[in-house]
Amino acid sequence: MRRIILVVLLIVNSSVLFAQGDLLSLVDNQPAKKQYITAAFKSTRVINDHSMEFLGKGVLDVRILHRFGLLSSGANNLYGLDQANMRMGFSYGVTNRLMVGVGRSNIGKDLDAFIKLRPIWQSKGGPWSMPFSLVLVSGTTLSTMPWSDPTRKNYFSSRMAFYNEVIIGRKFNDNFSLQISPMMVHRNLVPLATDSNDTYAIGIGGRIKISKRVAFVVDYHHIVSGLDMHTYKDPLSIGVDIETGGHVFQLHFTNATGLNEVQYLTGTTNSWGKGQVGFGFNLSRVFTIGGKKH
Amino acid sequence: MKKTLLIGLALFLFHGLKAQRYYTKTGIVTFHAGTTVEDIDGINKSTTSIFDVSTGEFDFALLVNGFEFRRALMQQHFNEDYLESDKYPKSTFKGKITNISSVNFSKDGTYPVQVKGTLTIHNISKEIEVPGTFIIKNGKVSGTSTFNVALADYNISIPSLVADKLSKTAKVVVNCDYSLLK
Repeated sequence: MRRIILVVLLIVNSSVLFAQGDLLSLVDNQPAKKQYITAAFKSTRVINDHSMEFLGKGVLDVRILHRFGLLSSGANNLYGLDQANMRMGFSYGVTNRLMVGVGRSNIGKDLDAFIKLRPIWQSKGGPWSMPFSLVLVSGTTLSTMPWSDPTRKNYFSSRMAFYNEVIIGRKFNDNFSLQISPMMVHRNLVPLATDSNDTYAIGIGGRIKISKRVAFVVDYHHIVSGLDMHTYKDPLSIGVDIETGGHVFQLHFTNATGLNEVQYLTGTTNSWGKGQVGFGFNLSRVFTIGGKKH
Repeated sequence: MKKTLLIGLALFLFHGLKAQRYYTKTGIVTFHAGTTVEDIDGINKSTTSIFDVSTGEFDFALLVNGFEFRRALMQQHFNEDYLESDKYPKSTFKGKITNISSVNFSKDGTYPVQVKGTLTIHNISKEIEVPGTFIIKNGKVSGTSTFNVALADYNISIPSLVADKLSKTAKVVVNCDYSLLK
């Protein structure tokens, strides 16, 4: 009997005795919180294609895209640097899962706009953590070129094209991220009789970090159907991302001359095999609009 | 039997005299590491802290990725490049209030204290000694402290490119409202 009482009392008191070791263990017992995975890519674009990455809420991204001429055009053209195509664009993070953007390219005098949504966000810890992100992108382009043949009946809708894209991506670790993006482009008017109005493609984008602020990136699209592949080629871009504070510089070599989704998917005729590759860069600068100061 | 009861009573009394401890799970830690060129301010509102009135033991813990910034990209860089919060998720302080006896927790007032211990940031531990203040008002206990942390001490490197934006020392402000641990 004595022993039992003694043991019980000792147990009651042991909670006090044990606690002497680490005070924090008395209160610091919260379950692991769900953590969303960020910075899968340095920028919201892999190179040409959208990446699984988003802008933060209230962040404005000003993007200037440059694509120079072909390296194979020779010394007289300074290996393509004499000519350039460019797109100027603005995108904005409405929430952490929704962003919108507009842009204009000099090719086709195209205006473009897109909306990008992230229903599934890769996360770890906590309940319902997801091993990957799922991103939906939908966009439209509008050519503002004069009609090539004003004598025939032209429809406004002929200026328009659309694209829809699903991005499934995962940041495997700090250094390696990969995404696969099936996409579809619909053009109301196509230039060649052999072109379909609908083009289907699968994109693959990857990133390997070389250092904290430099990453190697690849952006490839395989055209599945809709284009005559004797004329057209799969767009492939290879480059590096360099991040410096609020800027990201994406320097790369690509066989795609197009700047928006419709252009680079359905308008790439250059071939890496024939050395028809040009230098290009994307420049991104972010600004935080609004938001409270602490 | 008498003896047992006596021991039991002693233990019971000891239990009753259980150390008085105050804690919080919503302590606020802010830091300011900006310069005139750019403001770099982070705030963490879920800092855990606990102290023991009798021994003066005083501990803090916070999750590094719990710091919020006005600019999303800054928060990302803070976690990815500077503090590497994936690798080193927690920052802690374990130490002692060296003059806890000078604080009368049952009397309103402002009590300056001296805190000494080990601060761990970015997986690097350093001994620090900083001043702090306890404010007792209507039985409520709150504690504040302001001190500087040199980033280089904790192996946080500043690339030359942002050297004019990022201060070499961060001013840290701690603000905790404590409740009695029952």
